[in-house]
Amino acid sequence: MNRSRGLWADAGRRLAANRAAVASLVILALLCVLAAVGPAFSAYAPDELDWEMMGVPPELGSGHWLGTDRLGRDLFVRTLHGARVSLAIALLATLVSLLIGVTWGAVAGYAGGRADALLMRFVDVLYALPHIFFVIVLTVVFDRSPMLLFIAIGAVGWLTMARVVRGQAMALMQREFVEAAIASGAGPSRIIFRHVVPNLLGTVIIYATLMIPQMILIESFLSFLGIGIQEPLASLGNLIADGAAEMETAPWILLVPATCLVIIVFCFNFLGDGLRDALDPRER
Amino acid sequence: MIRYIVRRLLGAIPTLLVIVVLSFLLTRLAPGGPFDEEQALPPEIRANLERAYGLDQPLHVQLGRYVAGLLRGDFGPSFKFKDFSVTELIATGLPVSLKLGAAAMLLAVAIGIPFGMLSALRHNQFVDHAVMALAVLGIAVPIFVVAPLGALVFGIYLQWLPVAGWAPGEIRDMILPTVTLALPVIAYVARLTRGSMLETLRSPFIRAARARGVPRGRLVWRHALPAALTPVVSYLGPATAAVLTGSLVVETIFGLPGLGRYLVQGALNRDYTLVMGMVVVYASIMIGLNLLVDVAYAWLDPRVRPGARQ
Repeated sequence: MNRSRGLWADAGRRLAANRAAVASLVILALLCVLAAVGPAFSAYAPDELDWEMMGVPPELGSGHWLGTDRLGRDLFVRTLHGARVSLAIALLATLVSLLIGVTWGAVAGYAGGRADALLMRFVDVLYALPHIFFVIVLTVVFDRSPMLLFIAIGAVGWLTMARVVRGQAMALMQREFVEAAIASGAGPSRIIFRHVVPNLLGTVIIYATLMIPQMILIESFLSFLGIGIQEPLASLGNLIADGAAEMETAPWILLVPATCLVIIVFCFNFLGDGLRDALDPRER
Repeated sequence: MIRYIVRRLLGAIPTLLVIVVLSFLLTRLAPGGPFDEEQALPPEIRANLERAYGLDQPLHVQLGRYVAGLLRGDFGPSFKFKDFSVTELIATGLPVSLKLGAAAMLLAVAIGIPFGMLSALRHNQFVDHAVMALAVLGIAVPIFVVAPLGALVFGIYLQWLPVAGWAPGEIRDMILPTVTLALPVIAYVARLTRGSMLETLRSPFIRAARARGVPRGRLVWRHALPAALTPVVSYLGPATAAVLTGSLVVETIFGLPGLGRYLVQGALNRDYTLVMGMVVVYASIMIGLNLLVDVAYAWLDPRVRPGARQ
């Protein structure tokens, strides 16, 4: 037990030494806190119309320091709200794909042989088409509620995770401790979830961190096209679409949510790279 | 080689079939239907409509009919564009999308590879850092942000290019959509080329060639470049996926009458047959291009050539 704690502490030290990753972590934490509680402290509600101030540009004195949109809604609050929706959907979608991907990959890696071939062949087939197209089919099928949106995104995002986990699981199956577990009579589910999966955690964390920005992008992409989150709820994709429609006269309506999205995506990527270097030094 | 290609072609058929069946079942399991309007239709009219489109048949009959139709090149009628069949819509949209996609891919390769090489040859110098910083930006900024920003800067502020529209044969209309679509791929290709070029330049066979006195130009172009390009070739598959995905946004923003716009409209309207048809076309393009990439890869790299001794 001591050694494994040593491993994680080691990884933590390496991560702390990576300035880009630490900065990203701080920015993301700040953004999450802001997105969670910020709107509550603002003088404006996200759907509140300020009749005196419609489409005003960012200015500190006006009270709307990032400006307002055409209907006089405060952009700062709306962007935070959008970020909250986008982040929540991305996290939940990542969780869904983790559950499916890790189980799928671990079972394939554990079973080997024909079951493995069948499971992975299915993954190959789904790989033949970009994820977004399956999500679009799913959004045609089901209502466009935020609940179903994250399930739809998560339900197609697990393929890479399944491949990675399967490879690792196959390697783990050769290890002595698994052999020992089999010899002492552990059943398949016990071996998979008590012996194989815990040893995959590092890899899973790395890929999950890198998956979150992908999920945010998919969600924003769909919302931008009008197939994702629907008004009056806002996500970053919606806000960017609104801004794009108004950009000729009011470019800030586009720039504020776009900047927020880019910052989030950048930070998650830096953090994911940092985690990879910290948890898996061999990769460098 | 020919046997390899034929085998891969045959292997693509079940893949396509699974995708067709899967998306067919998904669209038919939908709770909402294509005839859900603001005003509810009288039940008799609804029944008539469903009979006209064959929706009253059992699921497996519908599926059989659909697949049989596909084999004849018949994608069925569009539920929402009432005067058009999906095949007609594909026939009008496909040339636009293919032109856009092919132009973007060509641009990505034509710009990405030279910049990647430049970066590798000026390793750790200013040019290298500048190119790589741009590449990171190109990869991280999503296309639905780049596209409106591009229209804003070049179409509205500078007035160099039209903001939207697509007149046949009008090159100016194509520039902004193509560049926008190509941008992330250019960035990725440049980064890949740089990395693999750096690695190749350090490898023993290059050192040996240098020791033999091979001139620098020949060393880079004839010895290093072909070896360095294999990862770029294998990236062309994922690049196709990126271009297809991006074309949905680009076609919507710039108002191009391509497949992507029909897919988005079909999704918004719950137009089953239209969405299905588009998915089948996109999957065929993806599978076809991946096949091409694999063949090109086998041709470039003798180690993965079929029948090569392991």
